[in-house]
Amino acid sequence: MSEAGMKGRRTPADNPLVQLTLVRFREFVREPEALFWVFVFPILLAAGLGLAFRNRPAEVLPVGALTPQLTHALATEKGLSVEQLSEPAAEQALRTGKVTLVVAPSPGGTVIYRFDDTNPEGRTARLLADDAIQRSAGRADPVASLDRLMREPGSRYIDFLIPGLLGMNLMGSAMWGIGFAIVDARRKKLMKRLVATPMPRAYYLLSFLLSRLVLLVVEVAAVAGFGYLVFGVPLRGSLASLAALCLLGSLSFSALGLLIASRVRTIEAASGLMNVTMMPMWIVSGVFFSSQRFPDALQPAIRALPLTALIDALRTNMLQGGSLVRVAPQMGILGVWLVVCFALALKLFRWR
Amino acid sequence: MSVPALPAALRVSRLRKTYKEVVAIDGLELEVRPGECFGLLGPNGAGKTTTIEICEGLTSADSGEVEVLGLDWSRHAGELRERLGIQLQETQLTEKLTVWETVRLFRSFFRQGPPAAEVIALVQLVEKRDARVGNLSGGQRQRLALACALVGDPHLLFLDEPTTGLDPQARRQVWDLIERFRRAGRTILLTTHYMDEAERLCDRVAIMDRGRMIAQGTPRELIASIGVEHLVEFSAAHGAVVDTRLLESLEGVHAVRSENGTVCLQVTELHRAVPALLDELGRQGVPLTELRTHSPTLEDVFVALTGRRLRDE
Repeated sequence: MSEAGMKGRRTPADNPLVQLTLVRFREFVREPEALFWVFVFPILLAAGLGLAFRNRPAEVLPVGALTPQLTHALATEKGLSVEQLSEPAAEQALRTGKVTLVVAPSPGGTVIYRFDDTNPEGRTARLLADDAIQRSAGRADPVASLDRLMREPGSRYIDFLIPGLLGMNLMGSAMWGIGFAIVDARRKKLMKRLVATPMPRAYYLLSFLLSRLVLLVVEVAAVAGFGYLVFGVPLRGSLASLAALCLLGSLSFSALGLLIASRVRTIEAASGLMNVTMMPMWIVSGVFFSSQRFPDALQPAIRALPLTALIDALRTNMLQGGSLVRVAPQMGILGVWLVVCFALALKLFRWR
Repeated sequence: MSVPALPAALRVSRLRKTYKEVVAIDGLELEVRPGECFGLLGPNGAGKTTTIEICEGLTSADSGEVEVLGLDWSRHAGELRERLGIQLQETQLTEKLTVWETVRLFRSFFRQGPPAAEVIALVQLVEKRDARVGNLSGGQRQRLALACALVGDPHLLFLDEPTTGLDPQARRQVWDLIERFRRAGRTILLTTHYMDEAERLCDRVAIMDRGRMIAQGTPRELIASIGVEHLVEFSAAHGAVVDTRLLESLEGVHAVRSENGTVCLQVTELHRAVPALLDELGRQGVPLTELRTHSPTLEDVFVALTGRRLRDE
């Protein structure tokens, strides 16, 4: 058997760092669930949400009218589809949501709008209906107006969503990838066995980072590429800047994962800590909706979270084509997380 | 005690270690000579694993001295890790890796040593080379753990309960391997709570109990030290009452112990004691259901020293 590893004839494959990094890849690709969560799940999520929130042609709102005159007047408005109904049928249609508004005449020429004012569609229908009725009754508009429609890529929900999912995915895979593997090795006493060999301890930790870097490329390409090819989500910033941001984000979350795993001995405890750390960020950091929706008092804290910083930076890069200089504050926040977590993790780390 | 020309492979003196309030090791003295297979014996909780892990540099002692291959853990840790072969109790190697990948990984940590393929052949796992660790049997996993201990061509091997939990056939395979290492001139320190394992493999043994060493010597010396040549055990038919005090005065009988209906006699002259015993039991009218004689084992040494039995788990 030809065998590298004889004294004095060492090949790069005999390097412990290479071997440790290979172990990381092997563990990863031989774990079908990990492959699913890292590559398939974010794409399914993006596809699902992209379909659900796709921009449809401006909706036509169904309304009911009780007289032929009113029906005629409302038919001039393109945003409404009008149906003439008897009084009881109109009541029934309104209650079941078949129409969003019922327009009824009343003695003295007054028109009555019946609708649910907590329903935005009802309010919109009322405005459109009122406009149509007033105009057909001869109202003249004092100011002339024109509509110019804007439906370009970059301002749709899917454009907002893809950078959010990318950030969330980078966080999840970095933290789980490192935290789970380390706690598992400690629990199985494998880590103790490794430190009983002459293996340089820094190589052990470094192997996680190296494997992360390679997987990162595939991960980012999968999510961003999917968004770009299927939904036309723009990539307006330079790809090099995007890569730099993903790298920095992944390193910061790796350090956070390392910190969480630095002392824990059981998978259950690690899972708990991971979820406690990640869950709030999924909610407040603007993955699915803007973090601006939270009260102003919370904004400084939310902006200091690593996921907020990463997603903000990714959106600036991908959607607005912002350079690294523009996202320097976010990069600074990620850098602080990286340095502080890594230093703490090294200090606390338990090798057995 | 030590042979002056050869420095000890391992020397431990006045070793102490406590965990919270439990004293795990209480003033242990130990010396392992180069080329010998030395066994640390004792029941669970005797302090065997703590002792071996201190010698492996994985646990620190509270006080005392440990010298391994003439080196000191505080100053020569890197050098020592290159020269020791270690098999820990209960290590689970990565299940997703193959035998070959696992041995390659461990081999990469050491400056020198045999090629991975050679070590795999040595532990007889050639056919399992590309099998995942998760699919190996208990015995095969244990032999893989031994391979990982051997990849650095160690001067001193530490084996912590190498056959615990294995079936008899797998145990014998591991024993064969350990005997081969010893014949190849490696120094071995192993822990076990199986007395038969220690008798078969070890040149010398130390018996530990509650953190202290209670006896040390070759298995033959230790067995001789209890001054008994043979043991005779018998069981009487159900309900029969044996007057054991009368048995003590029989010719050649040293001591009599009775446990769970079985009576055990420590005997020096079997050819006189057995006929005398049968006569006496006939006189007492006790029908025998079982009669056995055997030479004393380390198990009997432990019983003689502590009054307790070694139990598995």
